[in-house]
Amino acid sequence: MPSLADINRRIKSVKNTQQITKAMEMVSAAKLRRAQERLEAARPYGHKLTEMLENLAAVAADTNHPLFEKRPVQKRALVVIAGDKGLAGSYNANVIRRAEGFLKSGNDVETHLITVGKRTRDYFTRRSAPILKSYAELGDQVDILKAQTISREIMGYYLSGEVDEIMVLGTRFISAMTRSITLETFLPIEPPVGKAEVTNYIFEPDAASIFANLVPRYVANSLLMSLLESSASEHGARMVAMGAASTNARDMIGRLTLIRNRARQAAITKEISEIVGGAEALS
Amino acid sequence: MAAPFRLSVITQARTLLTDEVTSVTAPGSEGYLGIWANHAPLVTMLVPGRLTIKDLQGNEKVYSISGGFLEVSRNVVTLLADSVEAPTDIDKERAKAAAKRARERLAKRGPGIVDIDMTRAEAALQRALNRLKHAR
Repeated sequence: MPSLADINRRIKSVKNTQQITKAMEMVSAAKLRRAQERLEAARPYGHKLTEMLENLAAVAADTNHPLFEKRPVQKRALVVIAGDKGLAGSYNANVIRRAEGFLKSGNDVETHLITVGKRTRDYFTRRSAPILKSYAELGDQVDILKAQTISREIMGYYLSGEVDEIMVLGTRFISAMTRSITLETFLPIEPPVGKAEVTNYIFEPDAASIFANLVPRYVANSLLMSLLESSASEHGARMVAMGAASTNARDMIGRLTLIRNRARQAAITKEISEIVGGAEALS
Repeated sequence: MAAPFRLSVITQARTLLTDEVTSVTAPGSEGYLGIWANHAPLVTMLVPGRLTIKDLQGNEKVYSISGGFLEVSRNVVTLLADSVEAPTDIDKERAKAAAKRARERLAKRGPGIVDIDMTRAEAALQRALNRLKHAR
């Protein structure tokens, strides 16, 4: 049986850990709320942009844009979005496992990775998987400027013909408790199905120029949405994981306290019986 | 009083406003355009400039806009802006720094520099100058 002092040390150490997990849970809760707000605030823009693109596609006859061009896929890029930090339950592991599965199953096509977040970068660097480019430390505030920069570079790979298809593997936020892994084709863009209610639009300067300007924004926006979804998922996952850790710590402290009390009681009982035994021996 | 119509100004970070207004003046790619109720359906690109919105009471609000798209359809005007700022919200120092950066980059124009970078620097300079013009 461990000594009283040992148990006391354990309890103290678990208490310290619990304090940290509790603090992390609260920080994640705050970050999750902010990430969720950003996600919700970003939705109307995406909806309207898609609508505009559809309107334009219905009206303008020549909506050919290099980003719509489907080529035979010889080389593919997979954008893997996960976090910079761990302690988020299965959040990073799920993304990585899915990416691994994809790499194994897609053997027919050479697939290169574009990693977002330190976790995926480190993991795939260790396994010397082919990495085209890594982005890390985007921070909790993923903004459109960062998304634009990244999407511009990613589009570059596609437009230069270096890769013929780009897919994005990320996490969709459903609630703090639930999320789902998503795998979507990023480029080429599925040509929008034209469905305009109004068809006699005036275009300034002209439909083709507007289209050419709209499409890159559309791409940047869809990347932004993926990043925001993943970021909200990460905070949600971390909050839940840290909540569970705090509960476990509480249970553990309870169990240890019980053991400690029992040990103390045993020590007292032993002492009493020793005294009694000693007294009997003397009499 | 002028007839009202619905206006939404949306950026990627937030919905600035969704409201009934009487007129909008925006910097279109072909020059400033004023929109009143019952405007013909229109889609236009926007360039950096001044966005003026007149509400039902006839009060004018001025914003600095850095580009985007504007769509008019059936008395609903949607403005997808890259960024919109009220004059008092503009960070002057940041705009100044951005203008300086863009100028430095433009000064390096020459062989071996990709054109697309120049176009981008040019656009960045326009945005920065526009911000400075409207900043209070």
